[in-house]
Amino acid sequence: MVNSWNPVRGGWAHELSGPTDPATDSGWTEHEARRGFFTDTSICIGCKACEVACKEWNRNPRDGDLELTGWSYDNTQGLGASTWRHVAFIEQDAARVEQARESGRRLVDLGMPRIGAPTADAPVDRTPPDTAEFRWLMASDVCKHCTHAGCLDVCPTGALFRTEFGSVVVQPDVCNGCGTCVAGCPFGVIERRSDGTAAPTTREGERKGEQPKVPRRGVAQKCTLCYDRLVDGQTPACAKTCPTTSIKFGEHAELVAAARDRVRELHEQGMPEARLYGANELDGVGGTGSVFLLLDEPEVYGLPPDPRVPTADLQVMFRRAGFAAAGMVAAAVVAFVGGGR
Amino acid sequence: MANADCIVLQGGNMAEAHPVGFQWVAEAKARGAKVIHVDPRFTRTSAVADKHIAIRVGSDVALLGALINHVLTHDLWFRDYVLAYTNAARLVSADFRDTEDLGGLFSGFDPETGTYDNTTWAYDEGSDDTLQDPRTVFQILKRHYARYTPELVQQVCGISEADFIYLADAVTGNSGRERTTCWAYATGWTQHTFGAQFIRTAAVLQLLLGNVGRPGSGIMALRGHASIQGSTDIPTLFNLFPGYLPMPVAGRHDTLDAYLAAVGNTQQKGFWANADTYFVSLMKAYFGDAATAENDWYFDRLPRLTGPHSTYETAMAMIDDQVEGYFVLGQNPAVGSANGKLQREAMRHLKWLVVRDLSLIESATWWQDSPEVLSGEVRTEDIETEVFFLPAATHVEKAGSFTQTQRLLQWRHQAVQPPGECQSELDFFLELGQRIRSLVADSGDERDRPLLDMTWDYPDDETGNPDPQAVLREINGYRTGEHGQRELVSGFGELKADGSTSSGCWIYAGVFAGDENKAARRVPGGGAGVSQSQWGWAWPADRRILYNRASADPDGKPWSDRKKYIWWDEEQQRWVGDDVPDFPVDRAPHSRPDPALGGPAALGGDDPFIMQSDGKGWLFAPSGLVDGPLPTHFEPQESPVRNLLYPQQQSPARVIYPREDNLDAPSAGEQGADVFPFVFTTYRLTEHHTAGGMSRWLPYLSELQPEMFCEVSPQLAAERGLVNEGWATIVSPRAVIEAKVLVTERMTPLTIDGRTVHQIGLPYHWGVGNEALVTGDAANDLIGVTLDPNVLIQESKVGSCDIVAGRRPRGAAAEALLASYNERAGVTVQTDNQRITDPPAELHDPAPGDDRDQEGWTRW
Repeated sequence: MVNSWNPVRGGWAHELSGPTDPATDSGWTEHEARRGFFTDTSICIGCKACEVACKEWNRNPRDGDLELTGWSYDNTQGLGASTWRHVAFIEQDAARVEQARESGRRLVDLGMPRIGAPTADAPVDRTPPDTAEFRWLMASDVCKHCTHAGCLDVCPTGALFRTEFGSVVVQPDVCNGCGTCVAGCPFGVIERRSDGTAAPTTREGERKGEQPKVPRRGVAQKCTLCYDRLVDGQTPACAKTCPTTSIKFGEHAELVAAARDRVRELHEQGMPEARLYGANELDGVGGTGSVFLLLDEPEVYGLPPDPRVPTADLQVMFRRAGFAAAGMVAAAVVAFVGGGR
Repeated sequence: MANADCIVLQGGNMAEAHPVGFQWVAEAKARGAKVIHVDPRFTRTSAVADKHIAIRVGSDVALLGALINHVLTHDLWFRDYVLAYTNAARLVSADFRDTEDLGGLFSGFDPETGTYDNTTWAYDEGSDDTLQDPRTVFQILKRHYARYTPELVQQVCGISEADFIYLADAVTGNSGRERTTCWAYATGWTQHTFGAQFIRTAAVLQLLLGNVGRPGSGIMALRGHASIQGSTDIPTLFNLFPGYLPMPVAGRHDTLDAYLAAVGNTQQKGFWANADTYFVSLMKAYFGDAATAENDWYFDRLPRLTGPHSTYETAMAMIDDQVEGYFVLGQNPAVGSANGKLQREAMRHLKWLVVRDLSLIESATWWQDSPEVLSGEVRTEDIETEVFFLPAATHVEKAGSFTQTQRLLQWRHQAVQPPGECQSELDFFLELGQRIRSLVADSGDERDRPLLDMTWDYPDDETGNPDPQAVLREINGYRTGEHGQRELVSGFGELKADGSTSSGCWIYAGVFAGDENKAARRVPGGGAGVSQSQWGWAWPADRRILYNRASADPDGKPWSDRKKYIWWDEEQQRWVGDDVPDFPVDRAPHSRPDPALGGPAALGGDDPFIMQSDGKGWLFAPSGLVDGPLPTHFEPQESPVRNLLYPQQQSPARVIYPREDNLDAPSAGEQGADVFPFVFTTYRLTEHHTAGGMSRWLPYLSELQPEMFCEVSPQLAAERGLVNEGWATIVSPRAVIEAKVLVTERMTPLTIDGRTVHQIGLPYHWGVGNEALVTGDAANDLIGVTLDPNVLIQESKVGSCDIVAGRRPRGAAAEALLASYNERAGVTVQTDNQRITDPPAELHDPAPGDDRDQEGWTRW
């Protein structure tokens, strides 16, 4: 329940890295099962209905300058303060397709470290699919709702909070626009919406024609996992509108299991390039709430290969800072003791 | 589609243009179906298909004909199905001559009028079940496609033999008793000078493979917008009444009897023999008590057709000052119709123009911001047309039904009231009609009688708008009950020709049976059955698969357990199964009624094609198409390739308009063909709606595809110095436009008959104007007006052009550039407009028995 949210996050008691249940870890004594997305890019048709549905539901303003980017069919370019779902389009020739396959095969040979424990001994049919000479990848990106969320952990005002669904949401009326979270996100997801002055993003553009007033200027904005829909038992707008079920919404644990099944199925169909992203709870963000099935290296889709939340190293840093301080004290002592001569 | 084992998407881009319907392709694929996309471009559909096969635009009949030939020569056809359910065994007139005999013409062609007399295409008495008689449909089919080989496909379509075999194996391997293949097409097939024949070719192939009337089979027509199917059923077409009843033609249908005999005579088999019940019920719905037996149910007061009045004919009549006023509703002809310049010129000749739309579309503002006004060719102050703009309600501001591609009526509820003066179509036309009626209320002029006699009594609903459910009830139809009260009919079988019933569209009869709006049914997933019968309502009679009698064998048993759908239940003596049987429900599989009974009563137990006059699927069409009984490959109106199959270059029966404002580029072999050396094709993107009226005013859609662009291969880019994100100028004999450039490997140069053919892709969503959020040059300005003679659709999927780097010239310089191109190419009004390409080779009629050496005909 929203009203029962306790802003006191339990001090340093909560985990900074590794596997954990984020809602419990944030101090929710009673909470919902963790929700998330599984975006299966292998069945994405690039219709961008998710981008539009997201903007309509959240009343986010138009982005960009209404100019063709020349990046295939991608004219919104990336996630930002106003674009919370973004579909990437990647055109690949045969050589690049083979590289993707090869990297996939290596992952399979390594026991797929990115998806955690090795999957069952599924037979891997390496028959190449029929179209190998060229392919056009489409993938809908979104906030990862990390298990250890950099944005949330570095927010000095408490504007970001962990919901009972395990998602991470900004309270725009609390955010002071300091921008610390922007640097704290290892995926580059969260951004401040341009306030027309210092313009942390230049992507607002010339506003031709009649436009609704841009709301919530200057504060940090990102996907809420449609928190306002979730509390009413509704599916997030993007998943609701996706015509091919490329975007699936549900309980995180079930989605991760389904994602693993899907990877196995694709491997059996001769697509060793299929792999999961964000499903490994041992990664630098403790796994993500939004899990993706990719058909190439994450970098190809504009995703960091090894995301790491900045606070993950906090304990080590404190320890080292402590050692350093102690060392300096010792050095000073030595200097005094030895300097009397 | 979800039940198919193989889906071939050809002549369409389903994932991009029909993304919601594509869920069923995704579903089929998830169940293991193979999906193949045959298209000039690698699109978002290709991206999720198992295989993309690049084809030269407009060469689909050559590919499909070669598949037919492959199926016949390798004996892969579904023998039991073909023998029982098609006209393969029927004999055709001894006077019939094939395109093989006449160099690309069928017998009966009149070069003067460009039309066929189809007398010689008729059946002869008798049939030969051994299929050996050379005059059987089967043997004619074999000869007709004998030269459509994989080698020819490579030469004509640019498809490698390996890819052809892949396609052939996928299709034939997924057909037969156990498996089914489905085809889906869209305007990539229809918008050609012989587009109806593209679809016919697929129909012939699917009949040979037994892929009609069964789960996961068939040919899906993907319609262009929400309810385009509905506007064919209850038509916005000049030549049809609701339910595919034709408009009467002056001189041919002067009496009701002559008209009804032409629609479906009572002696023929099947349900068209009952056309009198459909027609009289329609007249009762239109005119109520004023339609009586004495006045032939009002037939004599109906308008008659005097010729074609398609949108293009109408535009040309405007230019000739024969049309004073024009209502533009739900379309944007200044941007969306072929030869946009001609369309805008036509509107300049009008006295008045009414545009009803959501935004100030280009068709409402051309008088101040059209390309002609901007270039100085036309001055606003010289335009005398009075333009009225009336705001329209959107789909969420009005209730009504959409009929989609599967003939499914789906009810749409009103979410909010229309703002301001916005009106729904129903509200607008009702008010307009009432105002006109009040103007002529006292008129004694006989001409005004039909207006006053029309039933026009729709009540308001609780929101104060005319009640659309009252309209749906009228469409459903009523019968007169025992005590004279009106009762809703439950199906078209109840309609009568004695004036006791009414129905606004006979094929929709039953949608409101039992006073339940069945179009509004929305049980999640459509309910438990495989036919999803609890979602919406499918015409006719809520049948989800047409001709589903063919899903059982001649004995009435399912062809296989896997593809079980409708079957004969011996105990009940009825057809039963997962759908409403599309057949007389108690007609036993082996019954042989007297054909002289006529109508449904004459249908044999193995006549699944209940709308055909012989109950069979037509491999050969003795009537119904005006441009030939068998699909034949021709080149488009403009083509940089010679017809490699026949001396005849273009479809001889195409509708041509040799005019100065509708010039064509010389085709291959003619002087000047190299001036317009490239092929262009036009299409839509997911992000926009046709001519942009519903998308270019919306920020969320405009930002996704903000600018007009062209798609070119890296090879063509190198040849013409085009750079990604740069500008290109594209020239056809009709117009000069500019577009941003996307250089992409999704465009593939094809090797056609030994030389490279480059294809250029042009989305057609943008238009020149000041009102939209995003504007740009209109691709349709490049297209000429040449039509398919069956349905009068324009050939907008293929044309010839040149492309150069950089922006187009402005003002008069653009006209000068166009003129210089046409001069260099030697373009005249006669270019491409010869009916017969090579008269000596084609008009020679070989005597019967003149056994021509087929080999000698492989090359002209």
